[in-house]
Amino acid sequence: MRKTGLYLLLLPGVLFLTLFMVIPIVMTIASTFYQDGSFTIQGYLQFLTDAYFLKIMLTTLQVSLVTTIACVLIGFPAAYYISKLGPRKKGILLALAIFPLLTSSVVRSFSWMIILGKKGLLNSSLLAIGLIDKPLEILYTPTAMMIGLIHLFLPLIIITLVGVMENIDPDLLKAAESLGASKLTAFWKVIVPLSVPGLIIGSILVFVGSLTAYTTPALLGGKQRVISTFLYQNAITLNDWHLASVIATIMIVITFVVIYFMNKLATKLNPKG
Amino acid sequence: MQEKNRGLALFTSLVFLFLLGPLIIISFTSFEPGSVLKFPPEGFSWRWYENIFEVEMFMTTFKTSMLVSLLGNLLALLLGIPAAYALSRFDFRGKGILNGIFISPVLIPGIVMGFAMLKYVIVVYDLPIYAGLLVGHTVLMLPFIIRVIASSLSNFDFAIEEAALSLGAGRLETFFKVVLPNIRSGIIAAILIAFLESFNNVDISVFMTGPGVSTLPIQMLTYVENNFDPTIAAISVLLMIFTAILMFIIERLMGLSYFTKR
Repeated sequence: MRKTGLYLLLLPGVLFLTLFMVIPIVMTIASTFYQDGSFTIQGYLQFLTDAYFLKIMLTTLQVSLVTTIACVLIGFPAAYYISKLGPRKKGILLALAIFPLLTSSVVRSFSWMIILGKKGLLNSSLLAIGLIDKPLEILYTPTAMMIGLIHLFLPLIIITLVGVMENIDPDLLKAAESLGASKLTAFWKVIVPLSVPGLIIGSILVFVGSLTAYTTPALLGGKQRVISTFLYQNAITLNDWHLASVIATIMIVITFVVIYFMNKLATKLNPKG
Repeated sequence: MQEKNRGLALFTSLVFLFLLGPLIIISFTSFEPGSVLKFPPEGFSWRWYENIFEVEMFMTTFKTSMLVSLLGNLLALLLGIPAAYALSRFDFRGKGILNGIFISPVLIPGIVMGFAMLKYVIVVYDLPIYAGLLVGHTVLMLPFIIRVIASSLSNFDFAIEEAALSLGAGRLETFFKVVLPNIRSGIIAAILIAFLESFNNVDISVFMTGPGVSTLPIQMLTYVENNFDPTIAAISVLLMIFTAILMFIIERLMGLSYFTKR
């Protein structure tokens, strides 16, 4: 096919993305280095020296890290169980995991408001059975955000891991066992290492997703800010677009650094090389 | 071993209870007759479902969401099908970079993209809010359209295309009469997946909505900030039914394996 034909196929999409995504993103990053017509890194200095900003950053990283670890610990055994099921049962469980994933994040966060609220299901049940005598304050705390985010991302890590585990040759397990390994040893020596690349991809998705999620922290975090709600607050409520651009740039940098290093790790740990 | 499996089975059931429980609870509370969300509900009433249709903003924003997702989808298809075809059919220099550009909207944090678009698409380019919202959603949908269609093209045997071409059909004619019909189910699945992404989007829409123009998820967020009655629970139920129907169609068209592949 002639080169021009090929370019004609790609041009509209590339042009559209350049105009409406690449330029806006690049210009937003560039704008953080200019203020009143001259070069500056004031925005970044302000960010790095302000205790309030650093606290937000720390909360965000903590919440994302705990969410990722919890998703891995809960998701791995569940995915392993699902991957061993027959096609029919596996299909049903996968569908049940994909359904929440396709459900609006507003709906899912809202459901946790009903459960975690002061008069919510959790508190009223705990009060009724006498485990506590005054309602727990969970909603609008980092804990509530974590619960909401684990709920948001657990299906993602489960289906990613099932996708990887399905492709592990069951003969490998049998071979390990016939060579004298116990079921548990075989699991640790065969399934776990072979799942590592999928585990890392899943963890990237959860970690980056939690780091940048907006709806869940906005609904479940109350006044507790994380970096994405802080970006929104600066952009819309406080109208400080310079600071908002700095936050946006920091979010892009963190995202790409995480993806880069986790990908490196995945290549390194991949037993197939 | 039997023991361990039973433990794992129980654990997995608890995981699914955690995933689906909240969605079941929200469904029950939508039938609460009183004006405070309760579980279990104290009776049965359609009152809050009726309320959805009485609050005008829900109807208006539902229509906006529908229109933006459908028009944006159409635009993303027009831009995405040729690109997906070029990327999966031919080898050329710079293919990797172009692939990267077309996938990048999913890598950049949505909230960052929304803000950058507000600054440039709305403020610098001075597009009207409605057009800006449409453009934002098109960018959002493009990677999904391209990814799903490219994956169905990878299952398509291009020898059939060669055959049609060698029999004298034109490139364009071959594309419309041979290639497109063969990847039809992939295209419909791509449309539905992109539609769900767009219809549920908050991150970009929260910046691209403005006076008089809002989408349903943004309207729901605003409503929750000021009211805590079961209306949102009722809307949630309708949205879940809608999601389940679309998911069922996607399953019929291409299976759910798209979701397990990364």
